[in-house]
Amino acid sequence: MMRPSAVIDNGMTNCTMANKVIANIDSGMQTINRRRVRWGELLIQSSLALCAMISVVTTAVIIIVLVKENLGFFYEVSPVDFFFGTRWVPLFEPSSYGVLPLLWGTLSVTFGAALFAIPVGLASAVYLSEYASRRMRSIVKPILEMLAGIPTVVYGYFALVFITPLLKEFIPGIQVFNALSGAIVVGIMILPTIATLSDNALRAVPDVLRQGAYALGATSFEVTTRVVVPAGLSGVMASFLLAISRAIGETMAVTLAAGATPNLSLTFLESIQTMTAYIVQVSMGDTPAGGIAYQTMFAVAGLLFLVTLGLNIFSQWVLSRYREVYE
Amino acid sequence: MMSTKPVNQRGATPAQGTIIDLQNVTIKYSGSAAVKGVSFPIARNRITSIIGPSGCGKSTLLRSLNRMNDFVDGVSVEGTLTYNAEDLYGKEVDAVEVRRHIGMVFQKPNPFPKSIYRNIAWGPGINGFKDPMDVLVERSLKQAALWEEVKDRLHESALSLSGGQQQRLCIARALAMAPEVLLMDEPCSALDPVSTSHIEDLLFELKSRYTIVIVTHNMQQAARISDFTAFLEMGDLIEFGETNQIFTRPKQRRTEEYVTGRFG
Amino acid sequence: MNTRLSDSRKQLLRRHRKARFFSFVWALVTWLGAMLLGVLLYQVWVEGYKWLDMQFITSFPSRFPDRAGIKSALVGTIWLITMVAFISIPIGVATALYLEELSKKGWVSRMIELNIANLAGVPSIVYGIIGLTIFVRGLDLGRSLVSGALTVSLLVLPVIIIASREAIKSVPTSIRHAAFALGATRWQTTWAHVLPASIPGILTGVILALSRAIGETAPLIMIGALTYVAFVPEGPMDAFTALPIQIFNWISRPQQEFHELAAGGIIVLLGVLLVMNALAIFIRYKTEQKLQ
Repeated sequence: MMRPSAVIDNGMTNCTMANKVIANIDSGMQTINRRRVRWGELLIQSSLALCAMISVVTTAVIIIVLVKENLGFFYEVSPVDFFFGTRWVPLFEPSSYGVLPLLWGTLSVTFGAALFAIPVGLASAVYLSEYASRRMRSIVKPILEMLAGIPTVVYGYFALVFITPLLKEFIPGIQVFNALSGAIVVGIMILPTIATLSDNALRAVPDVLRQGAYALGATSFEVTTRVVVPAGLSGVMASFLLAISRAIGETMAVTLAAGATPNLSLTFLESIQTMTAYIVQVSMGDTPAGGIAYQTMFAVAGLLFLVTLGLNIFSQWVLSRYREVYE
Repeated sequence: MMSTKPVNQRGATPAQGTIIDLQNVTIKYSGSAAVKGVSFPIARNRITSIIGPSGCGKSTLLRSLNRMNDFVDGVSVEGTLTYNAEDLYGKEVDAVEVRRHIGMVFQKPNPFPKSIYRNIAWGPGINGFKDPMDVLVERSLKQAALWEEVKDRLHESALSLSGGQQQRLCIARALAMAPEVLLMDEPCSALDPVSTSHIEDLLFELKSRYTIVIVTHNMQQAARISDFTAFLEMGDLIEFGETNQIFTRPKQRRTEEYVTGRFG
Repeated sequence: MNTRLSDSRKQLLRRHRKARFFSFVWALVTWLGAMLLGVLLYQVWVEGYKWLDMQFITSFPSRFPDRAGIKSALVGTIWLITMVAFISIPIGVATALYLEELSKKGWVSRMIELNIANLAGVPSIVYGIIGLTIFVRGLDLGRSLVSGALTVSLLVLPVIIIASREAIKSVPTSIRHAAFALGATRWQTTWAHVLPASIPGILTGVILALSRAIGETAPLIMIGALTYVAFVPEGPMDAFTALPIQIFNWISRPQQEFHELAAGGIIVLLGVLLVMNALAIFIRYKTEQKLQ
């Protein structure tokens, strides 16, 4: 290898930058006091900030619109009637604006969905994180992701064309539109959410905890149920809450499967209407804008928004409050 | 004769002039001081090394010289740091401009995931360098003693080079900006001995054109290549002076204990 | 003495049996869940494949099943997704860049972060109502592609932002510091080094978002996408329909043939989704190759 000084001298022959260097060092007059405003940077920074503001504006708009229309609605209808009334007949005379049937519709579908999805989802998460080999994981996980990516209309189709006829075989008294069908299909829809989020939470539990338990002579079942799941509980519970929130907001599958009859039925075999399905019904109909019937859409949407927002915030809180500190 | 109290002192100031001067510099991270009341000059066209046990504020001090501490939250810098007699932390000072004059090479080589050519050419390019880039790239690589090894593969990825080569690339990249001062934060600590000695030779040659400030763990390295040495311990400047004097006739007991290996 | 030993031994055996039993149960349940996908796809295929031919793709919907096709819906969906991409990708990536690179980590960016997390959980039908009120009525854009695209863009924006942020966060800080040390400004560093390195992650997020967008029905119904459209939209202000809407419309009819048509439409929809995701995987693979 050439001596560095020889190499440097060779390289320093003809180059303006080189001359600049020599000149600068001799004069020693490098000034750094040139605070000029970089207009380009400023412009770019402002544009990016503006874009970020769009998300803030979106939330503001949602809230403003809902509040405004709800104020109009509750000017006409007393909140007591709305929240505690049991008949929902907003589009015909004699009208009645009790939202309980809709709320009940949503809750029963959600409850049924959770009844299915939570055990199955958690079981899948446990299997994926604790038992499955690499190969198994690489097959099952993509399948779950595909399930998650299927559009909701497809699930609606599935409910009408497959599930309901199947249910009819076993439960003869069941109607074409029924809550059970809706619950099953929504359950399948939120299953991947629970499975993947819980799987993440369980995998985040450090291995040392498991190994410690095994070293004490615990069986795999005991390690899973008494060490791993409790350790990852905050993430698991957050996944439940998130999935329930999604089930509540689900529209197309329940519209197609569960029907359009506001109904406080206690069995799952009759046609009911969820909050979301009602909103769809109104918008597809000929309700004139501005009237009370139109405003019912906003009242129901407002309630929907509050419930899902509450659940989401609660799940974030659960995640942060109960997050195990492992170190 | 040998005092036991740590005392901030200025060593012999060389005739060529001081390019960076530190006066009573205190640097705090969220309230707790990493560097306390340090004062010493950095001589033009010389190599100044900063030595001391781990975690005693050497890197923090180095980073304050080119305003890289600006990127850390909760950092406060007190005291005066001047570069060519201008306050580095003055209100009118543009930190971006500072870094064009005072370059830095990091502990772990961090080339961009681009070609060797692009690594060198990018810096000058965004700073308005208009003349033939090929010439500048060749010159920088030659200055870093890397040219012969990469001249046939300039457009290959920089990540295909070995650790020692990547570090020399980072040096070439810094030199392409024609800085006055080159700051080096333990540049050889991630490298093997052969690469280390290549880089030490390099630094020796470079000092005729650049001022170099090097933080190092390696006392022998400091003794080998630097002209002036500052010994920092727990954020205090224990002693500053000509390297020769620091290593053979240290004035402070702590200095003597450190350079003879009794701790560190 | 003897009884005690054999008791604890029995207990141990029981625990092991229980563990083995449950291992089996977890696996069984998981596979049953996974098989649901297979059942679903099989069902759709069986019902719909006989309708899949060129005539299906090139005809408009009609009252007569054998003459019905998804041309208007397919074209509408393509228009919609293209417009959504053009609107939401720049805004989403810009927001992510702002949050990660250029903002001070103060309360403003915390608030924006929280905001985005909440927006991600808002039901799609609420976005539909907003779209109706603001775009269709308020800005008087009518029941057009523009209204639909804007509404769906709002819906997928949080997804793009969150995915892009992850991608940008994963670029090592050492690269940024190397650039700063050369006297580069924040934007120069971001543009030349951070963005290129985060493109694979951003792309994945974008494809995820657009896949969701394609399947969204509720917001489009809300803003008035028509369910019986016998024409192809020619400009952004035209009325339109989309694949999921057409499928919904066909399912809602009582006749068996329309259900089968719906299945055919679903096959096309799933096909489009499959192609998009394959494209995403391909692009991601290619860009990761380049960066190595």
